[in-house]
Amino acid sequence: MSGKTQGLIGSRVPKIDAWEKVTGTARYGHDITLPGMLHARILRSAHPHARLLAIDTRAARRVPGVKVVLTGDGVTCANLGLMQDHPPLKSGKVRSIRDEIAAVAATSEEAAEEACRLIKVQYEPLPAVFDPLEAMKRGAPRIHDKVKGNLLSFNYRFSSGDVDSALSRSAHVVEGTYTTRFVTHACMEPCFALASWDPQGRLLLHSTTQIPYLLQGHMAKVLGIPGSAIRIKQPVIGGAFGSKLDTYPYEVITALLAREAGRPVRLLYSREEEFVCSPTRQPMIIKMATGCDADGKLTARRCEVILDNGAYTSWGITTPHIMLLGITSLYRVENVLLTAQSVYTNNPTSGAFRGYGNPQGTFANEQQMEALAHKAGIDPVEFRLLNCNQPHSVTPQKFRITTCALRECIETCRDSIDFKAPKEGLEGVGMASMFHVAGGGRVYKSDGCGVIAKLDDFARLTLMTGATEIGTGSDTAMAMIAAEELGLPVENVSVINNDTDVGPWDVGIHASRTTFIAGNATILAARDIKAQLAPHAAEKLGCTEEELEWFGGAIRVTGDHDRSIPIDKVVRSLHFREQGKMVVGKGFYDPPNEFQARDMTGNVSSTYAFATHACRVRVDPETGRITVLKFVAAHDVGRVINPLGLDGQIEGAIAQGLGMALTEQVRLDQGRMQNTSFLDYKLLMARDMPRDIELHYIETNDPEGPYGAKGVSEAGIIPIPAAIANAVADAIRVRIHDLPLTPERVLEAIKSKP
Amino acid sequence: MRVEITLTVNGDPYSVHVEPNRTLLDVLRDDLGLTGTNRGCNQGDCGACTVLVDGKAMNACLVLAPDADGAQITTIEGLATGGRLHPIQQAFIDEGAVQCGYCTPGMIMTAAALLAAHPDPTEEQIRNGIEGNLCRCTGYESIVRAVRAAGRKP
Repeated sequence: MSGKTQGLIGSRVPKIDAWEKVTGTARYGHDITLPGMLHARILRSAHPHARLLAIDTRAARRVPGVKVVLTGDGVTCANLGLMQDHPPLKSGKVRSIRDEIAAVAATSEEAAEEACRLIKVQYEPLPAVFDPLEAMKRGAPRIHDKVKGNLLSFNYRFSSGDVDSALSRSAHVVEGTYTTRFVTHACMEPCFALASWDPQGRLLLHSTTQIPYLLQGHMAKVLGIPGSAIRIKQPVIGGAFGSKLDTYPYEVITALLAREAGRPVRLLYSREEEFVCSPTRQPMIIKMATGCDADGKLTARRCEVILDNGAYTSWGITTPHIMLLGITSLYRVENVLLTAQSVYTNNPTSGAFRGYGNPQGTFANEQQMEALAHKAGIDPVEFRLLNCNQPHSVTPQKFRITTCALRECIETCRDSIDFKAPKEGLEGVGMASMFHVAGGGRVYKSDGCGVIAKLDDFARLTLMTGATEIGTGSDTAMAMIAAEELGLPVENVSVINNDTDVGPWDVGIHASRTTFIAGNATILAARDIKAQLAPHAAEKLGCTEEELEWFGGAIRVTGDHDRSIPIDKVVRSLHFREQGKMVVGKGFYDPPNEFQARDMTGNVSSTYAFATHACRVRVDPETGRITVLKFVAAHDVGRVINPLGLDGQIEGAIAQGLGMALTEQVRLDQGRMQNTSFLDYKLLMARDMPRDIELHYIETNDPEGPYGAKGVSEAGIIPIPAAIANAVADAIRVRIHDLPLTPERVLEAIKSKP
Repeated sequence: MRVEITLTVNGDPYSVHVEPNRTLLDVLRDDLGLTGTNRGCNQGDCGACTVLVDGKAMNACLVLAPDADGAQITTIEGLATGGRLHPIQQAFIDEGAVQCGYCTPGMIMTAAALLAAHPDPTEEQIRNGIEGNLCRCTGYESIVRAVRAAGRKP
């Protein structure tokens, strides 16, 4: 049933929700109110580690307008998190300064806040530990009573070949320790939840979650009610980047308050709370050694990673799955030994953040590639080309690489940045590549997504799906794909993707998976519709089904366009007849990828993305300030679905990656965040961006991707800290192993030069 | 102790009684139901709540409501005229300058004020002009392109 389509794929299509966002009609969480709604506030710990001796809520309860005050002892609910170590409201003990001790629902935010101020908590402060290396030592304060040495049982080990002997036989070896700090998502919209219970005891939770169906399941478990008694709705989401990949105490607390009050309850974070209480990117200590032979072929790599887990365990504990894949599989290296250990501390809980550990891992990996090339006396670009992955190869972790344009990405950047051009003052050039999942990432028992497509009597196509849109334009990609399949204008397509009562299941928006997975599910649903319409259209047009093509809102005969029938007419002819039927297509796509086994092998994604970034920087020798003069990004994207959306994903990732490389860090003092405003936590502004940014897309037409596309949303951030660090090392002739590359650190490095 | 203030918002007259410590942002969102203006930080650091006060782009979270008494306010809801989008709104759509969209209304109001002052701004004027508006999604590149495109239109 192939035929001419509308040529939408690859064309610049504005986001289908852009009009409501430019007119102020988009409804975000804080725009939603319900009749009788109360306002919630949460009281958090004054200490990073303490026993809770007593909580006195009497004065708080007397504040006019206060309806409910909850404490950990007053509620019965299960713990959250992959290790089930996280009580939504703490009792007995607090383990970080964001720990929730009490919550209030009141008729106004002011009353709720006043009540929180009046809650008296008696603490017995305990010795605390904020450094994962300290936390691992014998005699360190124990954060969870049952966890010895603060070591999470979730640890990772991958081994292939004989690393020790391969390293000892290597012609050149570089070793180093690289550290990355806490970085936070800083979504423009602070966190929000709105809960209400109907008289039958069913919970409606409005949340900006990235995982509506997992949230439904988590809430059921935590609250001890059936999942069928929970409905999740998502308003328009004002940024996520991985920060909403868990179920959080505030969501449970809001539901508990609403149940207790018998009224809807809404919680809005302040900006300060957003900074203090949101998840962060895992800080890592990465100890790495890499060797090569005299010809520059990689021989072995050893890598030990310590991750600061913070006080509780989020979904982010699975980060090493993704972080390690870049370390083992960006370049070909046979002998590999990797370990990753997460450690509890009294710091804020780490979570998931765009790139999922891969930017940290690549920071070490690609700096080491550069250093090893220099040591071996080989041009670093040539060194990468010599070792780069090839299409149709299998890596030691058993990742099956199908399409792969890493070579082309490296060459594109080499040609664009001109590594040999003369430099003025402290100028430097640097490069880094990356390897990432691009066809889903199986970290849950299903990596699938469902789509129901309804084509109505007026040729309106409605896609109902669980695939969440967080601003990336995945809903627009779905609309384009459906329109392309059915020969409809994009304007005829609606996407409803914000209600667990409506859309079929999706595991969540993560791992750059949504356009890939939901796009494939959309193709299946659209083709289901075509299969339903084709026999009738063929009959009416007097042709075979194979001769049909779908174009311009009509079904017509290939090569004989005068024989044509509007698609809605076929729908109506099926509908308005005896024993008529509706036209509803469905698709569920779960990619052919595998869970990683305990030995960390398994083809975790059904395809992989490759990219190379290169940049030219100038370092001010007086101030240590780094200016990025030119930035080039070359990406193997499989196929461009929507260049408008793709440019936005890569450009946005460049800003976030440069932030991570240059300015962003959560500054903690005894587990307490010191920079809790946008003035103190430096996001890049428009004038901080490089003036010369070049984007290149290499289309490899992946056989598993929708129209050949691969996932791209995380790929853009991953190589950036490494590329900048390499360029700075080229400029100042000293290599900096710690992020971010602040002016202070750069000056220190310059001064340390012998 | 409430005070009465009168405002003209998007051409419509309003009279509201407010606590003197409430901000223009509170009044727009809570009293007038104009929720298109987003609260991003409530500290004047992010620009998400930018509106035009007597033609000047200001963070509504930093303007005390009594200080806005008698002012002409334009919010994102009032930018389109006669059912037609303002050129900067259309340019944001066409250039892909919208992702999550939370910063968008404030960014557009800042850009509208910039365009009123400099009908065809240079790239540097744009980058400096929107320095008070943070965006976490786009990296600003598409926003700069959108303002340039809108500036070139008659």
